[in-house]
Amino acid sequence: MDLVLGDVDATEVEREAVDAVLGTPTSRWEGALADGNGHAAAEGHLARGGHRAREQRHLLLPVLHSVQERVGWISPGALRYICQRLTIPPAEAHGVASFYALFSLEPQPPVVAHVCTDVSCLAGGASKLCGELRERLGEPGSQGADAPAGWMESPCLGMCERPPVALVATSGESPHEQAIAAAGIDQIERALAGEEPADDARPPVHQPPEDLRLLRRVGQVDPESIDSYRAHGGYGALRAALDLGPDGVLREVIDSKLLGRGGAAFPTGRKWEAVARTARRPHYLVCNADESEPGTFKDRVLLEHDPFSVVEAMTIAALATGCERGYLYMRGEYPLAWDRMVGAITQARDRGLLGERILGSELSFDIELRRGAGAYICGEETALFNSIEGYRGEPRNKPPFPAQSGLFGRPTVVNNVETLVNVLDIVTEGGPAYAAVGTEASTGTRLFCLSGRVERPGLYEVPFGTRLRDLLELAGGVVDGGELRAVLLGGAAGRFHTPDELDVELSFEATRAAGATMGSGVVVVLDQSSDLVGVLRRIAAFFRDESCGQCVPCRVGTVRQEEALARLANGSPRGSVEAERELLNEIAQGMRDSSICGLGQTAADAIGSALEKLAVFPNGGGR
Amino acid sequence: MSRALTAAPPRTVELKLNGETVKAREGMTILQVAQREGIEIPTLCWERTLTPVNACRICVVEVEGSRVLAPACNRKVEDGMEVQTHSERVRHSRKMVLEFLASSVDLTTTPNVERWMKEYDAQPERYGPPAPPHAEGERDRLRAGHHEIPDGSQAATVSQPTKVDNELYVRDYSKCILCYKCVEACGTDAQNTFAIAVAGRGFDARISTEFAAPLPDSACVYCGNCIQVCPTGALMFKSEHDHREAGTWDESAQHVTTTICSYCGVGCNLELHVQDNEIVKVTSPLDHPITHGNLCVKGRFGFQYVQNRGERGSGRGGRRAGNGSTPALGEQPPAAGDD
Repeated sequence: MDLVLGDVDATEVEREAVDAVLGTPTSRWEGALADGNGHAAAEGHLARGGHRAREQRHLLLPVLHSVQERVGWISPGALRYICQRLTIPPAEAHGVASFYALFSLEPQPPVVAHVCTDVSCLAGGASKLCGELRERLGEPGSQGADAPAGWMESPCLGMCERPPVALVATSGESPHEQAIAAAGIDQIERALAGEEPADDARPPVHQPPEDLRLLRRVGQVDPESIDSYRAHGGYGALRAALDLGPDGVLREVIDSKLLGRGGAAFPTGRKWEAVARTARRPHYLVCNADESEPGTFKDRVLLEHDPFSVVEAMTIAALATGCERGYLYMRGEYPLAWDRMVGAITQARDRGLLGERILGSELSFDIELRRGAGAYICGEETALFNSIEGYRGEPRNKPPFPAQSGLFGRPTVVNNVETLVNVLDIVTEGGPAYAAVGTEASTGTRLFCLSGRVERPGLYEVPFGTRLRDLLELAGGVVDGGELRAVLLGGAAGRFHTPDELDVELSFEATRAAGATMGSGVVVVLDQSSDLVGVLRRIAAFFRDESCGQCVPCRVGTVRQEEALARLANGSPRGSVEAERELLNEIAQGMRDSSICGLGQTAADAIGSALEKLAVFPNGGGR
Repeated sequence: MSRALTAAPPRTVELKLNGETVKAREGMTILQVAQREGIEIPTLCWERTLTPVNACRICVVEVEGSRVLAPACNRKVEDGMEVQTHSERVRHSRKMVLEFLASSVDLTTTPNVERWMKEYDAQPERYGPPAPPHAEGERDRLRAGHHEIPDGSQAATVSQPTKVDNELYVRDYSKCILCYKCVEACGTDAQNTFAIAVAGRGFDARISTEFAAPLPDSACVYCGNCIQVCPTGALMFKSEHDHREAGTWDESAQHVTTTICSYCGVGCNLELHVQDNEIVKVTSPLDHPITHGNLCVKGRFGFQYVQNRGERGSGRGGRRAGNGSTPALGEQPPAAGDD
């Protein structure tokens, strides 16, 4: 490939940040400096291009992260050096870098607070916090590169149980990120000044351990110790799986009737079988930990408080489907979960539970961690593949499905974190026994993320078939005994339910029959004090921001939807309120029918259900 | 070779197209079958010479049993498939795509669109008056995941000043529907130059060089294959752009001369578009079996010597002055031995 690289050089610091991921360049072709200067210039211009260089493209995202963390932004010089090292055309690398919200392509302050303004935080004081930040620091994103600190508004940061939430990212020599829950202006200011607050990482689980299956170790086990995990029964499932063999594990998973928990509810056993039976090798396993649906934090709790269970479950999945390599793709906004998973994978490797011949068996398997960089769409499985591969996180057209052609064009199993963790119990107790819990078609238990105006926000685990009303009661009902206005079930891509619809049974079949979805298990409770119009506008803004822009219906439809909603909210509809509602319906139908992926197809669902059921804009619009 | 000899012949599949039973070769797309049957399915991002990206979604059709509509340009026919190319749902989606595009993009130089707007009853004006154009470079700097919250009184558009940074072609991204064709033509589908890519995200996504650098500072080799496939006129010969600006562009007064490029031995076909005895643009037939419509900078832009009438160009050049050694194209006839 004939690269045209431009003539802006990377600074020494930028080079170090890139070399930290890719190693020192070995020739000037790769960008080693002419004078040697620590670089092995001895090899002169020895070419390091070709397929071998291009096969490293999957390192693009890690390298961009490294530069962003060290320098605070990705400069033309840094991008040039990255492109030279990886043999990527600069235009493409720029296209990738500019796809992610956490990367800055302009200089920005060394410390930036990303403040969540999404639905759960809106119901939990985010507007007040943002008002205070505006007063002290000015408009979001307006602080120049010379300012010591800046702030930005952010979509859901996945700590919805303790709003409002901020993620403070500090770049420089010792870069770090910290998530601040229940954030007050003082805490944020202290964090922006470089102070690290005490880590308050208690798991938001309120049920007694004996009522829990997936969450039973959460809060009980030391998430940083593999011995503690083993003492709590950890790695018993892998031994059982090795005894069962790949076909045995497949059979149990099929018998368990486990359905995917990421939102699409596809039968896991069928997915696994399709890959296991494919002769083409290698097979890849991908654990989708990019949970970004507003109001979702279930996977974060598992990753933070029971990380070894994810490692063990991935190992079992690899055994059943013949994968030698797994990728765990985690959203970029989970610093604690990241650290815990890094620790868990390292310990598992040290104990021979990852790597060659695990537990003396024929199984060889290892896991690579990948970090997202602020893009909801990368939770879509094919967009996630593109993101890992170093391309823009745009969904691919299906067919072909991942089982035929997934990561790197190979047969790929892709499962959500929660789905995978279910496999541990399935293997130990057997598929049929697992299937005895829950309903006929929705087996097992389900994690629900309760947030908003609810008495005890947190993560709840209940058997499928539990009524929404009972789930709300488990969490203590509406905060301060207030009056329920609506429940957003399934997140921004879900639907609103009225107080009259609380008897809906939480199972895949019942919610589907009711025209609803459990999505990723989001339950946002709104009461009479909630700013419902504000929530709807936030959802519209969310989709407008998070659309990847590839297809017309979603790229423009989300914009038109937000505009129409704004007119209704301002009390200035074009024509009449009725005409605007009709327009919104038409936009919704177009997006639902003809968008490429689930994002566009569901981008109008929550708003549509609110307009239909909640009398949001009575008397000609306005609040 | 033995493999080719033993390969099974393509299977024939039978499907229902708008209720009619038709046969097709396995591997054909719904669009190909519909075209063969004389059914018009509108397309924008599809081009016979390029890999389908199915991004514009105007070609969607209804496939029985499928939850959502399928892009005809990419979906292969299957045995027993039942396809509706103009059902109520299909017509609605096409209408929305047309409205979305026409309310946000300048489609004045997009062929067929006016006819389709009538056919599908598209009313882009119902989204409100268009927002004023963006300042130069403003859209190039938009950060993913952030936007100004609208009040809905105006319809957001991609309108912005035309990028004129070289003497050969202009980029008017007010007309860009983000069909990815230019990116494909610049990349693996034709030129393998990779000077441009999609940058940004969502409504702020745009075709861009790295950091929106001017073309002369980019990897662009001025083959113009992106212009050839651009469906909206966003990419345009500077000569056509200048004529249009001056109000002197008149396609009815043009004639097209088909000839063969004289620069080297490949023998690429050229179509010289001539107005008032002046070549105003050069195209190449996409169905040419060798070149598939692709040319190099010489064939595309090096035509001035044909009409050298003693008024040797002043300042005409592909690259900016001072940016290297590329000769000012068009100022000289081909040198002997120059391929």
